[in-house]
Amino acid sequence: MVTLRRGLRQGLEDSGPVGLGAVPMGMAFGVLVAHSGLAWWWASVFSGLIYAGSLEFLFLGLVLASAPLGTIAVTAFLVNFRHVFYALSFPLHRVRGRLGKVYGTFALSDEAYAVAAGTRAASFGGRRILRLQAFVHLYWAGGATAGALLGTVVPARVAGLDFAVTALFTVLALDAFRAPEPGRRDVAGAVLAGVCALAARLVLPGQMLLAAFALFTAALLARRALGRARP
Amino acid sequence: MPDTGYLLAAVATAVAVTWGLRALPFAVLAPLRSSPLPAYLGAAMPVGVMVILAVYTLRDLDPGVPGRAVPAALALAFTVAAHLWRRDAVLSILGGTALHVALCSTVFAP
Repeated sequence: MVTLRRGLRQGLEDSGPVGLGAVPMGMAFGVLVAHSGLAWWWASVFSGLIYAGSLEFLFLGLVLASAPLGTIAVTAFLVNFRHVFYALSFPLHRVRGRLGKVYGTFALSDEAYAVAAGTRAASFGGRRILRLQAFVHLYWAGGATAGALLGTVVPARVAGLDFAVTALFTVLALDAFRAPEPGRRDVAGAVLAGVCALAARLVLPGQMLLAAFALFTAALLARRALGRARP
Repeated sequence: MPDTGYLLAAVATAVAVTWGLRALPFAVLAPLRSSPLPAYLGAAMPVGVMVILAVYTLRDLDPGVPGRAVPAALALAFTVAAHLWRRDAVLSILGGTALHVALCSTVFAP
């Protein structure tokens, strides 16, 4: 049985590197919430409950524009669909009990997955995995709350802060692109996605995101079908 | 400003979809594992999804309005270069954003 003190220290150590990224990103989100005119505690609600970094930035823009719930559902589905594939390698079978599994899946963020499915965590037990997830959750929600509180105190509106979202997706795109070895990187897929996004922006600016995702998925399926037809 | 009822409904919607995507696949793990199409899409989609999201955040930029397009282009170039060089997400994001804020509030201030 691990003592509370040791458990906390272990959680801190396991999640430390991720915290370096999650806290500042959470703070950037909190500052955006504060500057949007919403009460500061909405940053805690959004980041604590939705708890999906990239979706929250889009979500904030959508609710400020009073987007229909259907649009929010479709956006959440498309942005977070990648999580479906985490089930293939996240060690949920080591987490015991119904409540543990509920939290383990609820807090299955990109960062939590990245650590829990990594080679270093191969020996982690269920409780250690849940503690790690709770720490990452706390970094994000805590960072967002702190950012929102600081954002309300800062009097002048900071121009150009919204670029943090662009930078986040750019960095995630570069990381995803560079994950395989150099020879197996999907240059055509990345270019295809850029073309789909620009085409959607020009043809269907009101539904750009949905149109771009649909176009890109269709293009990938077509590419696979053509690749198969080739001898 | 959106009202509280709408905001709570929006949060509930996003939570339900996100949690569903995270939890349900564990229940249907076996067929997903053996099917080649989800495996192909799972491998090919992430890069493209992130590229589309990055372009989406820049959708309101107009090359004819350099006061907004130039700072974004410079900050984007910085973010990409910094990330290719150091591979440090925090540095790339904070650096790019700081540069964008600095440009928008000084040289390109409206």
